[in-house]
Amino acid sequence: MVEGVLFVLMAIGALAGAVTVVAARNPIYSAMGLLATLLSVAVLYVVQLAHLVAAVQVIVYAGAVLTLFLFVIMLIGVDKEDSREENLPRQRWFVGVIAIVIVLLAGGVTLFGEFDWVPAATQVLPEETNGTVQAIAAPLFTDWVLAFEATALLLTIAAAGAIALAHYRRREA
Amino acid sequence: MVDPGLYMALAAALFTIGAMGLLLRRNALVMFMCIELMLNAVNLTLIAAGRALNDLNGQVAVFFILVVAAAEVVVGLAIIVSIFRLRSTASVDDLSEMKG
Repeated sequence: MVEGVLFVLMAIGALAGAVTVVAARNPIYSAMGLLATLLSVAVLYVVQLAHLVAAVQVIVYAGAVLTLFLFVIMLIGVDKEDSREENLPRQRWFVGVIAIVIVLLAGGVTLFGEFDWVPAATQVLPEETNGTVQAIAAPLFTDWVLAFEATALLLTIAAAGAIALAHYRRREA
Repeated sequence: MVDPGLYMALAAALFTIGAMGLLLRRNALVMFMCIELMLNAVNLTLIAAGRALNDLNGQVAVFFILVVAAAEVVVGLAIIVSIFRLRSTASVDDLSEMKG
């Protein structure tokens, strides 16, 4: 019951935020819409007992990534309005058709598809330990340790790349 | 417990809105935000499936997606800023040097 009410509220919040991201003319409003969506999705994670992922979502996404977005928006300047004219012929018509197809597909699968959820045979998680730091850490440092090391390398490369891009200077002619 | 299919439907709606924004908008920053929107929709799908299947690996996968998305944002925003420093525009329509 609580999950149902929270789902409806957070679904409305997430969808409203997503529409704001796409429709707002000012990038600041887009960033605020993204914030609403991220927080609503974080609540949905908590509802589904993914506590660690929800915390990481709020700290990394709503905290760090969104701050970076706002920083760049301020740096680039918010007074320039996005042009609304179509430079590609029939672009909106085409996008509308794609969107309708995706919505019909997703709605059809959701409403008429027969979901047969088979629980994983090996692990049955009790509710109170599902999604805690200990529960996530166990597979993270055993089954997924190679991926974990690869992301460490990726983060190092990304940091070095960002610094290299920030140091870029135009060559004096 | 809410049916996992409803979470999937919400994720599909979020993904569609993000994809439409990516195709319609011209501002590189807004397009980037739409990509984040789509990534979040996929994360929601993985969490819902992991809950329905009682499998923690869904949450571990989301954890990795969050890390990769953070790295992507850092590099992408640095690229947008350096393009802006060269061209004083954030509109992708103005960047057509590689057009054949």
